[in-house]
Amino acid sequence: MSDLKITNLKKSFDNVDIIKGIDLEINDHEFVVFVGPSGCGKSTLLRLIAGLEEVTSGKIELDDVEITDTAPAKRDLAMVFQTYALYPHMTVRKNMSFALDLAGIDKAEVDAKVSDAAKILELDHLLDRKPKALSGGQRQRVAIGRAIVRHPKIFLFDEPLSNLDAALRVQMRLELARLHQDLNATMIYVTHDQVEAMTLADKVVVLNGGHIEQVGSPLELYHHPVNKFVAGFIGTPKMGFLEGVVVSVNEAGVEITVSGGSQFLVPVDGGTLQAGEVITLGVRPEHITVTEPEESAYQGRLTVSEHLGADTYCYVETDSGEPLTVRAPGDFEGRYGKMVGLSFDLQHSHLFDAQGKALPRLAKA
Amino acid sequence: MLTLKQARQLRTVLLGTLGWLVALIIFFPIFWMILTSFKTEIEAFSSPPQLFFMPTLENYIEINSRSSYLTYAWNSVVVSFGSTFIGMLLAVPAAYSMAFFETKRTKSTLLWMLSTKMLPPVGVLVPIYLLFKDFGLLDTRTGLIIIYTLINLPIMVWMIYTYFKEIPKDILEAARLDGATPIQEIVRVLLPISKGGLASTVLLALILSWNEAFWSLNLTASTAAPLTALVASYSSPEGLFWAKLSAVSTLACAPILIFGWLSQKQLVRGLSFGAVK
Amino acid sequence: MSISNLQVDKATGAEGSASSVKSQNRQKSRISLAMVSPSVLVLLVWMIVPLAMTIYFSLIRYNLLYPGDEPFVGLENYYYFLTDEGFAAGAFNTLYLVLSVLAISVIFGVLIAVLVDNDFWGRGIVRVLLISPFFIMPTVTALVWKNLLLHPVSGVFAAVWRFFGAQPVDWFAEYPMGAIIMIVSWQWVPFAVLLLMTAMQSLDQEQKDAARLDGAGPLAIFWHITLPHLMRPIAVVVMIETIFLLSVFAEIFTTTGGGPGYATTNLAFLIYTQALLQFDVGMASAGGLVAVIIANIAAFILIRIIGKNLTDKQ
Repeated sequence: MSDLKITNLKKSFDNVDIIKGIDLEINDHEFVVFVGPSGCGKSTLLRLIAGLEEVTSGKIELDDVEITDTAPAKRDLAMVFQTYALYPHMTVRKNMSFALDLAGIDKAEVDAKVSDAAKILELDHLLDRKPKALSGGQRQRVAIGRAIVRHPKIFLFDEPLSNLDAALRVQMRLELARLHQDLNATMIYVTHDQVEAMTLADKVVVLNGGHIEQVGSPLELYHHPVNKFVAGFIGTPKMGFLEGVVVSVNEAGVEITVSGGSQFLVPVDGGTLQAGEVITLGVRPEHITVTEPEESAYQGRLTVSEHLGADTYCYVETDSGEPLTVRAPGDFEGRYGKMVGLSFDLQHSHLFDAQGKALPRLAKA
Repeated sequence: MLTLKQARQLRTVLLGTLGWLVALIIFFPIFWMILTSFKTEIEAFSSPPQLFFMPTLENYIEINSRSSYLTYAWNSVVVSFGSTFIGMLLAVPAAYSMAFFETKRTKSTLLWMLSTKMLPPVGVLVPIYLLFKDFGLLDTRTGLIIIYTLINLPIMVWMIYTYFKEIPKDILEAARLDGATPIQEIVRVLLPISKGGLASTVLLALILSWNEAFWSLNLTASTAAPLTALVASYSSPEGLFWAKLSAVSTLACAPILIFGWLSQKQLVRGLSFGAVK
Repeated sequence: MSISNLQVDKATGAEGSASSVKSQNRQKSRISLAMVSPSVLVLLVWMIVPLAMTIYFSLIRYNLLYPGDEPFVGLENYYYFLTDEGFAAGAFNTLYLVLSVLAISVIFGVLIAVLVDNDFWGRGIVRVLLISPFFIMPTVTALVWKNLLLHPVSGVFAAVWRFFGAQPVDWFAEYPMGAIIMIVSWQWVPFAVLLLMTAMQSLDQEQKDAARLDGAGPLAIFWHITLPHLMRPIAVVVMIETIFLLSVFAEIFTTTGGGPGYATTNLAFLIYTQALLQFDVGMASAGGLVAVIIANIAAFILIRIIGKNLTDKQ
């Protein structure tokens, strides 16, 4: 069993608060991804869990046993570093067996564990090479192998794919997902790439400035972000935002107006919103359709169109200067500078109050 | 007109010729010294100097038959290796601590160590001489070992410090996560990775001790005098001595020359206190 | 396996045992202090004790030939030292030697380093030949130059002079300081070449390519790209050479003994003669302290101008 419980964890370096009070539960077999912009504290959080940094205050418990202060080696966790941190003077085999040798495990058992891991990661033919004779992808697999042989309670990954080229990154992403299935292990994965978060995670933890913004499954975060930050962070291309003002609130939703005068009725629960309050409308590219200018309530000027083959992403300049991205069919022909109409699927739009908090959707009628 | 390729080739040839010329001129004194060591004394002193002659080993043989050469050589060896060994025992832990447990005082400590090398030896010649006299350290190898350890320690600490700083922190963290105790971290991971840098440091310290020519001239007489002093004694010789001087010098300098040739790149770091790598 | 470990630790109080992160860190800082202390202590003693003694001796009248009475005489030794006929010459010669060798080694060092940066046949061997003089013992250097090369009758220089129909020069008689400067430069130019050569290798080839595309010729590239890049290593060379050149001793000791007269006496040699030849401990100590002060001033000036770069790198 490997359930991790973090309670009110805080960490500061020289009076600068990096982690400002985190509560989190991670369950056995889960693939949890910590994601967020640079400096949000995700790597620090991982290192606190690993024991490589000292906790300022708070508690970390593994299977109901407190490990807040336990030495890293005794926590039964294994980490895959961003730079792989392979021992340059040892062969692949030795790199993978090092921890087991230190623990004094019997040689036959060590060899068995190493060859098992090597087989899973297709490293068998590389066992006697030294790291400098390996490619980036191979080195990364050795780093993973080093973690596997220890059969840890939790695998920790610190941005493992960021040093690989694009094609390799996609391939390794699939391998990691497969590994998770095969080993059925608990994994905590740190990345700044939200595509990795979306594709690998059972549970995503979005961090910002040392706080947790939201925890949930990828699709939950995608369709029901609790605030503007999460909405803007998850999903690529980014969600478009239009600032506006509340006109009125009723049982059907909230009537708003955005710059340029267009008015929309968004089916969300207005709560205590008053007329005149500032709100932000959020719409994802796939929920906007390009029309002739006169056919829609909202217009904009088309700039760049990126043709990806199956889809086309159009970038639209609006009156208020806020950029919008629109997902159009692959054969869409957009002329630079043309005025177009934009039709929003309000059923799938989001409304955020002045503090950036998302307003809950009304149940469908 | 020359094509681009031809112009480049010409340039390479001209620069190459110039380079060789400069190198041969600079190396000439050493070459001449080695050459002279194979001449007879008469040939060595002849005017004009002879380039071609029948080489002879008589000088080398005479040196080896006089036991005093070996004594001097042995002194050089003992003093160099002794001071280097003790120096490493002190420098490695210090550099380790300063590289991996850096505190606010680390930088100033390092700079202060550097400043002890700026002390002109003459400034402390008198007290050292008198102290050595009182402690019976004059003309002893032990005395020289102590001095050499002290004067080379700053360079050794700086050099090893820069090598340690180059080791990525996460390799050591990985070792810690793998269950290594601090000792195991050092012995099984840190030292094997940095053994190249440690070797260069040892080499540099040996070279500096072997060639040191202030304390070795002033603090020794006959018992502990190293090769530097032996050569210096040829400054007021009797009779013809050039060939013998050349032979002694060649023998005395050969090992260090070879050391220097082998490790020139790595020595730069120590010679410049880590400023040039 | 590990759960039981953790439980045991909890029972015995993880804080106190070496397996807790906090106490491991605390232990680490204690150990790290212990690791630095021996070196620091040893160097501290090496600096303070002799220096303190020098200061003490400089304030008393103490001659080894007349032991016994050692009265405190204040700054009398300093007065005698600074007004000694050798002092003016010693100070001048020291300055002359240091500045000449610095100039020669930096100028030739840069030129040769740039020359050798080009790829030509046998470049590796050329480099090895170029740096060799630095590894030769100073006493060997001095005597090989004095006898085999500069000897007015049988030396190589004399032969070359005669070859061109000129009268050979008796270097140590006519230009004693010049001879010393030649010898010391021969040793230190390779030092400069070695450091600058290595520094050249970190010069980005792309920068030079960009400059060539911008229309820069070799001289322009040298002046605008190479030289600025070498400024730091040159500063390092100057700093280190100054430290060592202020104390040149062996070369003078083995060739001229400071003469003729005071022609080749620098401060280091002057103090040496007073200490170990005249046995005037008091005056030699005063002189020694003067040398230390001068060295400190030089180091201070240098550090001010260029020393910042030394530690910024890390």
